[in-house]
Amino acid sequence: MNLREAVRIALRGLRANRLRSVLTMLGIIIGVASVILLVAIGNGVQSSVNEKIQPLANLITIVPSVGNVPGGAPPKDLIDADVAALQDPAMSRDIAAVIPAVSGKALTETDSYRFRTTVIGSTDRWLDLNNGDMSAGSFFDDAQVRSTARVVVLGPSVASYLFGKDPAAALSHTVRINRQTFRVIGVMQSVGEPGDSIAVMPLNTARRYIFGGGDKVNQIIAQATQASAVPAAENDVIRVLSDRHRIKDTANRDFEVQSLRSRLDTFNQILRVLTLFTAAVAAISLFVGAIGVLNIMLVSVTERTREIGIRKAIGATRRAILEQFLIESLVLAGLGGIIGIGLGVGLSVLGSVLAPTLGPTFATFAPAVTIPSVVLSFAISLVIGLVAGGYPANRAARLRPIEALRYQ
Amino acid sequence: MIQLENVTKVYRMGKVEVQALHGIDLTIDDGELVAIMGPSGSGKTTLMNILGCLDVPTSGRYLLDGTDASRLSDNRLAKIRSRKIGFVFQSFNLVARTSAVRNVELPLVYAGIRGRRNPARQALAQVGLGDREKHMPNELSGGQQQRVAIARALINDPTLLLADEPTGNLDTAASAEILRLLGALNDLGRTVVIITHEEEVAAFAKRVVRMRDGRIESDRVQRSRTEATA
Repeated sequence: MNLREAVRIALRGLRANRLRSVLTMLGIIIGVASVILLVAIGNGVQSSVNEKIQPLANLITIVPSVGNVPGGAPPKDLIDADVAALQDPAMSRDIAAVIPAVSGKALTETDSYRFRTTVIGSTDRWLDLNNGDMSAGSFFDDAQVRSTARVVVLGPSVASYLFGKDPAAALSHTVRINRQTFRVIGVMQSVGEPGDSIAVMPLNTARRYIFGGGDKVNQIIAQATQASAVPAAENDVIRVLSDRHRIKDTANRDFEVQSLRSRLDTFNQILRVLTLFTAAVAAISLFVGAIGVLNIMLVSVTERTREIGIRKAIGATRRAILEQFLIESLVLAGLGGIIGIGLGVGLSVLGSVLAPTLGPTFATFAPAVTIPSVVLSFAISLVIGLVAGGYPANRAARLRPIEALRYQ
Repeated sequence: MIQLENVTKVYRMGKVEVQALHGIDLTIDDGELVAIMGPSGSGKTTLMNILGCLDVPTSGRYLLDGTDASRLSDNRLAKIRSRKIGFVFQSFNLVARTSAVRNVELPLVYAGIRGRRNPARQALAQVGLGDREKHMPNELSGGQQQRVAIARALINDPTLLLADEPTGNLDTAASAEILRLLGALNDLGRTVVIITHEEEVAAFAKRVVRMRDGRIESDRVQRSRTEATA
């Protein structure tokens, strides 16, 4: 008996009990669809978060830390000379840019309102490195940094509190910070709190009028040439600074190097585990589906005992009967798998269409169906068909024709 | 040619052993039309199961066309049924929800023969059902279903056409028709064995084997047999 004939017989058997077949398939359909959908959602979350963080993923932040080793050398501050050393292209192939920053809390005032802000002093590259954008006016330029101009760029929360919703309304007005007057030349776009409650001005402007003089910096931001170069760039930073601060033992380090990249790696790892876990939970319904297939195949064999007897009497071998029922259960589970894949992919597509309507947080969220999850869940359906059909089919094949024919 | 030599059959029903056949010797030549008669419990069904290779004897030999079919595996028995035996049952035993022509094709499917549709059509035409190919069993009358079953039994050109109470579920007219069909097939040289307990059916055979208590009681050739009439 050839395969095509066997499949035809199996399909006829399934069509004969359409409702029963569909209900049995439902278990597989739901299982496969939920595995595919959940994996797709996990991947969607991952790529959406990564997409948001990617522009910042090549940033390395260096901050001073308190050296706490008893008897060790007193910790050194990060100073302009450290920044200059890191900026030296001879020091690292993997660092593209380095900027210093000073920061602190201060009140930003107009005649009528005051707002507690984080004041940051840095260079004209600050906006660029932090992947920020302006919603009105412009960021300060290199000339203003050199001339210690008394200008300030406000975060959107500060601007709207002090000057109203329209960001352009803040331009050309002055604000007082630490009782000093600064001209507002720009308002930045929102990046979410706390990044919206800031005021940014040229490095030396901030030092002279707010934080006091000196060459101390609170933070150095280094940009690696690309995200994958971050570990190498981090090592260069550590080497240069350890050298300058004469640190031989890592425990004595008086600075900390952080990067989003390494946090992102951790995040991705956790998310992968979570995705696999939810998919595994969904796979439990596949198991339940398998029991459904087993059950229905047993019923089918019992119900068709007489038919099996007839087929055997007219020459069907054990193998032919085994094949008939195995193929029937394979078709049942495989068809369920295909429909489940269709449903899972369909729901994923629907999700990516509907997600942006749920608000800006989901703007970039799109469930991403992965080929391995599709292939794997289809393979699992076929295995279910094979395993759940195997026992009933074997029982059918072993029926003795005389007894099967006598069965009413 | 069919030869049974001292065939016995013992069934186990729980702890009780039932001897269904006590040493049967029987030879049926090609082209015979034999009725095997007997009341229920006489062993005629057991004999039919052995003749049809659905079961094997406990002892003795069964030669079918020179092949010893008394000690074969399930698989070999299935192959012999596929090639040498055609069954006609009392309750027709067509596969449900399967058209007449597909039912007739089935033995060829299991014999692994390609190009089945035409032989199946011819077989249906031979039993007078050329216009019922696509009908499902439940759309056919009892007599028609039995004719489909006969077409199915003929399709693989069997050595032996074995009919188990072929008219048991049919009215008089349909019974006569089926008997006439079996007679016509026999006239064409087909060996036909009919298992029955109806005297009218037996009267139509050329040779009648009567069984009782697992033994052959009588075996005689009928000179004056009744031709089936519609």
